[in-house]
Amino acid sequence: MTDVSSPHTLRSQRFRREREADWARLEKLMDRVEKGSAAKLTDEEILAIPVLYRSTLSALSVARETSLDQGLVQFLETLSARAYFFVYGSRATLQDRLGRFFTNDWPASVRGLWRETLASGALMLLGVVVGAWLVTVEPDWFYAFVPADLAGGRDPAASTETLRATLDGSEAQDGLSVFAAYLFTHNAQVAILAFALGFSLCIPTALLMVYNGTMIGAFVALFASRGLGVEIGGWMLIHGVTELFAVTLAGAAGLKIGWAVAFPGDRSRLDAAVAAGRTAAVCMGGVVVMLFAAGLLEGFGRQLIVDTGVRYAVAAVTAMVWAAYFYGPRGRAFRGD
Amino acid sequence: MATEPMAASTERVFVTPEGVDLRLNIGDAGQRAAAFLMDAAIIIAVLIGITIATVLMGIGAGAASGIGGVEVMAVIWLLVFFLLRNFYFTAFELSAAAATPGKRMFGLRVASRDGGRLRAESVFARNAMRELEVFLPLSLLVSRAGQGGAESWMWLLGVVWAGIFVFFPLFNKDRLRAGDLVGGTWVVRTPRRKLARDMADDGAERLDQFAFERAQLEAYGAKELHVLETVLRQRDRKTMRAVADRIVTKIGWRRDFDHRDEDFLAAYYAALRGRLEQRLLMGVRRRDKHDV
Repeated sequence: MTDVSSPHTLRSQRFRREREADWARLEKLMDRVEKGSAAKLTDEEILAIPVLYRSTLSALSVARETSLDQGLVQFLETLSARAYFFVYGSRATLQDRLGRFFTNDWPASVRGLWRETLASGALMLLGVVVGAWLVTVEPDWFYAFVPADLAGGRDPAASTETLRATLDGSEAQDGLSVFAAYLFTHNAQVAILAFALGFSLCIPTALLMVYNGTMIGAFVALFASRGLGVEIGGWMLIHGVTELFAVTLAGAAGLKIGWAVAFPGDRSRLDAAVAAGRTAAVCMGGVVVMLFAAGLLEGFGRQLIVDTGVRYAVAAVTAMVWAAYFYGPRGRAFRGD
Repeated sequence: MATEPMAASTERVFVTPEGVDLRLNIGDAGQRAAAFLMDAAIIIAVLIGITIATVLMGIGAGAASGIGGVEVMAVIWLLVFFLLRNFYFTAFELSAAAATPGKRMFGLRVASRDGGRLRAESVFARNAMRELEVFLPLSLLVSRAGQGGAESWMWLLGVVWAGIFVFFPLFNKDRLRAGDLVGGTWVVRTPRRKLARDMADDGAERLDQFAFERAQLEAYGAKELHVLETVLRQRDRKTMRAVADRIVTKIGWRRDFDHRDEDFLAAYYAALRGRLEQRLLMGVRRRDKHDV
């Protein structure tokens, strides 16, 4: 410290000297926090940070108005910013976050997206109807909807017996877990893409939903034409209830964003996109979870459960579980949309 | 009272919930790209490492427990790949540093544009958009598997369309990705600065040797004061000489050749700042020498 009693001491110098110790303390704490040892701070230190932050922030306001010491103002700006990031940073533990996500945020976001969910579901259904109708009228349409590697020989050229064999779960018993993991990662990627595509004004997402539907429709029509309609239903729905619902929700999330960007209403386009993006992102987090469940059901459940009746039963149970979880009555603590 | 920001074009208004503008600097396009490439390199390195490890372990496991062992390794690989691709960024940006290793290296971090808390869903949304900004264009480029005619036109259209998202940050002044737009985030530079010495401390000691008159202190405003501060901090002999000469001429100071330029400048700085701060107290801010 220099001589405080000098007759030439400026007010801004005194201002600085009186508070310097606090700033130094906050700075030291921030150095420690930024090195990643926030957990090592004592309770007292953690409580001190917001207080020091606010006093530094008000010192900044004062300094801007009354001091012309540029070094000081810049220092206070950066110190305040560093402390701000700590004070307003996210420090919730993973456990808290996951807990809140499953009990509240996820179902709330799915509820909030009900209009988009209906639209997205309708688009997929449209695809199913169109796909099924076209394939029934002219089986060659099948090749237009279903890529060859996905069909894996299950196309109009195959015999009814071959088709039947693909449904009974006897194929690919060996690599079940790999199959499940592959399906999960593949579908999750498609869902995330559907979400991301929504940003360009809904259209690509809508197309993706319709296209997805036509694939299903084509498959169902092909099997139904050979008298395997009931069996294909069980084969598809045992995991399909979960998977298709997840894909529908992903589409809904994409539509939500695209709609907000296209028609922001009385908010600015940017604000509308941000608000929609948050709801949609929470929903997408859940979609990944659902697809994981669907992957398990498809990889294991479908191959191990071969009875069509049981398959339908599993499908019905999953449908009820999801419906109850998302749309069932909630306690008072639940914060909906 | 709005004071003009002094700094570069990257400075932005960033108002905390307390209503104070912290004037953060946004990361420029080069830093962002470099940080992303660094992260991509890390991801690829990890992926290669995991691949080698699973192949080796798969061979071992295959020998020990047959096809089942290989399967487990394949599942692990698929899941690790999925997690890296989709959650590498999200996980790091949710940590206290709010930055991936690449961003940290370049002194960047993610912040909520509205000044509030950075939320998990924002981070998730901004990173889910990467699918559109990185992986879709990449797969489009890769999928160019010799088709002619209408197909290649479709492909070209697709590439152009995807390119819009790749170069999105270059078309807005805040360098927002499509993901930042949807997440309500932006990428800012992590500030770091030590408290510099108060240049008035030096000057105040020397003031006794210099008696400036009021008129001599009215010659300059805050802008010139800040330039003088910078000159004093840098302590470049030549610059100080030149600046001292100009001030001497401007205020008509009768130079005493015993005085070093530095002493003169420090004293004048202290005196000028004292005068300007005095006027500030009365609510008069003098921006520069032309501001009367």
